[in-house]
Amino acid sequence: MAHDHDHNDPPSDTVLRVKALESLLVDKGLVDPKTLDALVDRYETRIGPQNGKAVVAKAWSDPDYRKRLLADGTSAIAEMGYSGAGGETIIALENTDKIHNVVVCTLCSCYPWPVLGLPPVWYKSAPYRSRVVREPRKVLEEFGTQIPADVEVRVWDSTAETRYLVIPKRPAGSEGMSEAELMDLVSRDSMIGVCEAKSPEQGEAA
Amino acid sequence: MDGVHDMGGMHNMGPIEIDREEDPVFHGEWEKRIFAINNAIGTLKIRSIDESRHARERMKPGLYMTSSYYQIWLDGLERILSEKGLFSRDELAGKIPLQPVTVAHGPTMTPDQVDERMDKGGYFYREEGKSARFKIGDLVRGRNIHPEGHTRLPRYARGKQGEVIADYGIQVFADSNAHGDENPQHLYCVRFSSTELWGADGTEGDYIHIDLWDDHLEAAT
Repeated sequence: MAHDHDHNDPPSDTVLRVKALESLLVDKGLVDPKTLDALVDRYETRIGPQNGKAVVAKAWSDPDYRKRLLADGTSAIAEMGYSGAGGETIIALENTDKIHNVVVCTLCSCYPWPVLGLPPVWYKSAPYRSRVVREPRKVLEEFGTQIPADVEVRVWDSTAETRYLVIPKRPAGSEGMSEAELMDLVSRDSMIGVCEAKSPEQGEAA
Repeated sequence: MDGVHDMGGMHNMGPIEIDREEDPVFHGEWEKRIFAINNAIGTLKIRSIDESRHARERMKPGLYMTSSYYQIWLDGLERILSEKGLFSRDELAGKIPLQPVTVAHGPTMTPDQVDERMDKGGYFYREEGKSARFKIGDLVRGRNIHPEGHTRLPRYARGKQGEVIADYGIQVFADSNAHGDENPQHLYCVRFSSTELWGADGTEGDYIHIDLWDDHLEAAT
């Protein structure tokens, strides 16, 4: 799971193997190249962390929605139009003053696609997968997140088809902000649980 | 299988190299294509998600550890699709001409079906299956099993005691489904204390939750 491979040029044999596989499947009529383009477009432009940000901002703003989200994440998220592959069942985990949740898939890289899109490289990497179940507090520190000793850390290992979405704590000073403004305080990483939501000052800086 | 993919708790993997939210979703054209191929072939119904995962974890361990995630997907796809008979390794390598596909398969996904198909996803719940041996609040133990085939019971939970905190209903059992048998049964969320899993190296008061099926568990006595 060498991280470098994702940022440097891949070995040319990988590129050739992908081309060979695609041509073979296309020539056999099993795959339509235009379908591949449509799939890429969907996950590059439409299915990403902005969906989860909308869910979190709504949960922060609307107490009834928050209640529905915590009772049945899948349905409450479907209300917003997000559902399906890689997130057929989604459970929302709420961070509080006493509980901090963080999500991993130690066995592969299961991740709630409909609300977060495709996982970042670090989420799929051996260091994260191996360490966060054993030393979550140290891992969170590497993301700049300090968890006080009196806060319970809950790690969720996504070993089945259930996916988990962390609802970060609403930051102090965000009272009176609109849902659209609140979305800017929610980061992808805060919905995985490795960071907190941004403060209004950090949100403005970003 | 006790493979290198089952890495929960392993040491010496190094620091986490953080990529930013603003970074591109894909790093190069080939990643886009392999991601899309893997999803487009869903309508062919030639392999299940569990067969897919098992194909990836059968990559040679040294290669798995030095490959990026989409390289692992590529390796897994070549393996499972050739095993399923969509093509042979010789065809893929261009050593022999294209052969007709003789195995039964579903329709090719068309571009206009992408959103509908992906918004729908798979369905893993089943009406009937093995009756539940456990209920919320039960103390259970991860079984000490070491199957050669696929399993979603991580090594770090085997022999360890936890508490059932949720029953997610009857679902397809990944361990069996990776080998062609749905064997539906209850899926639970089991909570393990950090110190139960890691002893003195764990943290008192912290918990690790793992989704485990009925067959992964035994009653803790």
